[in-house]
Amino acid sequence: MPGTSSPAEVAADAAPESLADAERARVVTWQSRDRGVGRWLVSGPPLLYLGVFFAIPILIMVIASFRFPGEFGGLAPIVEDGELNLTLEAYERFATDPIYWELFVKSVVYAALTTLFCLVLAYPLAMLIARSPKKYRDLLMLLVILPFWSNFLIRVYAWMIILGPQSIASRGLNAVLGPLGFEPVTLLFSSFAVLVGLVYVHLPFMVLPLYANLEKHDPALLDAAQDLGANAWQRFWRVTFPLSLPGVWAGAALVFIPALGIFAIPDILGGTGDTLIGNLIKQQFLETRDWPFGSVLSIVLTVVALALAGLAAWVARPRRTAFGSP
Amino acid sequence: MKRPSWLLYAAAIVGYLFLYIPLAIVVVYSFNDSRLNAEWVGFTFDWYRKLAANDEMIQAAVNSLVIATVTAFAATVLGTMAGFAMHRYRSRVLPILVLTPIAIPEILMGVSLLLFFVLLNLTLGIVSVMLAHIAFCIGFVAIVVRSRLAGMDESLTEAARDCGATPAQAFRLVTLPLIMPAVIAGALMAFTLSIDDFVITFFTAGAGTQTLPLVIYSMIKISVTPEVNAVSTLLMLLTLVLIVLASKLAPGTLRSS
Repeated sequence: MPGTSSPAEVAADAAPESLADAERARVVTWQSRDRGVGRWLVSGPPLLYLGVFFAIPILIMVIASFRFPGEFGGLAPIVEDGELNLTLEAYERFATDPIYWELFVKSVVYAALTTLFCLVLAYPLAMLIARSPKKYRDLLMLLVILPFWSNFLIRVYAWMIILGPQSIASRGLNAVLGPLGFEPVTLLFSSFAVLVGLVYVHLPFMVLPLYANLEKHDPALLDAAQDLGANAWQRFWRVTFPLSLPGVWAGAALVFIPALGIFAIPDILGGTGDTLIGNLIKQQFLETRDWPFGSVLSIVLTVVALALAGLAAWVARPRRTAFGSP
Repeated sequence: MKRPSWLLYAAAIVGYLFLYIPLAIVVVYSFNDSRLNAEWVGFTFDWYRKLAANDEMIQAAVNSLVIATVTAFAATVLGTMAGFAMHRYRSRVLPILVLTPIAIPEILMGVSLLLFFVLLNLTLGIVSVMLAHIAFCIGFVAIVVRSRLAGMDESLTEAARDCGATPAQAFRLVTLPLIMPAVIAGALMAFTLSIDDFVITFFTAGAGTQTLPLVIYSMIKISVTPEVNAVSTLLMLLTLVLIVLASKLAPGTLRSS
């Protein structure tokens, strides 16, 4: 860091005992100074950009959560009659009405189920790609990434078609259930449709980190496990899976967090009972225009998401394993 | 190396089918001569003709492409810097600023940027959408770049330095070529995230500006029409071309050997 003396610089200031020492100290000093300038050049632009377009907006939102709503929506003036015009009203409203807590719990359950189903679907895909001959990996990975390149709403829309009342899936299902004495089932506009949409949209987020992890595994480990008598199942659960945990947690965080705040999928695929926390936030900002309360909901959503992601990071923290530190 | 078992093949095939059948259905019905996305009636190009005459849709497509291109470029430069800085220097602030936009739900960025732009009296439109997209894409690029750097043999850079390269030379001649696949993968990711983004765009675009996701959203909220299938098919075709182009330009982009 410029301006502060590293131990090496202090050593260089002291009388050098030999020419070699002096030379070494000079090089170290030059490197550390140079590193200071380089550091500033490299970290400065992203720091500045994210400070302005991420940190400040969040700060504004935190302040907004303590402000009064404006008479016609938005925010009331922050200073009135020379005094700060702040309140805890929006927080009180959130804390006292259990309906908001229930909405949060429901959203967490949806996001957790999404993560689990994504993991189950993504693991075989990532594993097969990682174990394929190198010349096919590009193509196989491309095949996973391609749907991810198609628009998010297109992918949701696809399920509107598949689960719609006129679709083959719906009619087929009802053709089977009908003779068995069941009422006709509606697939679209249901919790089931919301979950399918959530899993479908987030699946690539799980495959990418899993593949990146699995691809680095040394196949010799599996050979060694086999030589020691482990069967395929044991090789998976005792070698591959534990080693892939950083990838699993990375994927879980990449799926869970966006899934928690989503509003478009319940909007499009869900029924009236499938409102999630994201829908309420959207409503507060664009329809009811109660910005302080919308800010409170957004802050709580973020705290919940970060707490759970922090937990995942803690669980996945690097540890020394039987195979050395990862 | 052992060949994967048939069970793994079967599970992976289920995964691929799950990924592709829905998209295939969208494509097939875009050529169907019926307003309902239900039964195959006959082949037609009518939905594409309708699309070509839809000025709102064309304007939205142009907006989306402009935004995604600028975003991918800016986010890749800033994200590579951030990824490198995070790998190289022990900073406390940078990782927090870079990683939290990813570690928070998208909607929070959308609504906080909405508040920010409105309080700044910045007119919502293409520029505000770009500024927002760059902010959330930096972190994705940085993660890809940093994990590539973490997997890189540190002694290569040290060797370059020992041979007399300046830090800038070591970066340009040794580190950058080695992390190039990650940088390009990051750029592709940023482009995808931008063109795919609905949530942040929804809050920061304002009433007058349309992007493809916004148009598609309002269309499927009102009614289901094969026109959406047609625009979806074209968009998928575009991304197909882009990815093939990218892997031609930078062989090994998607291979992290």
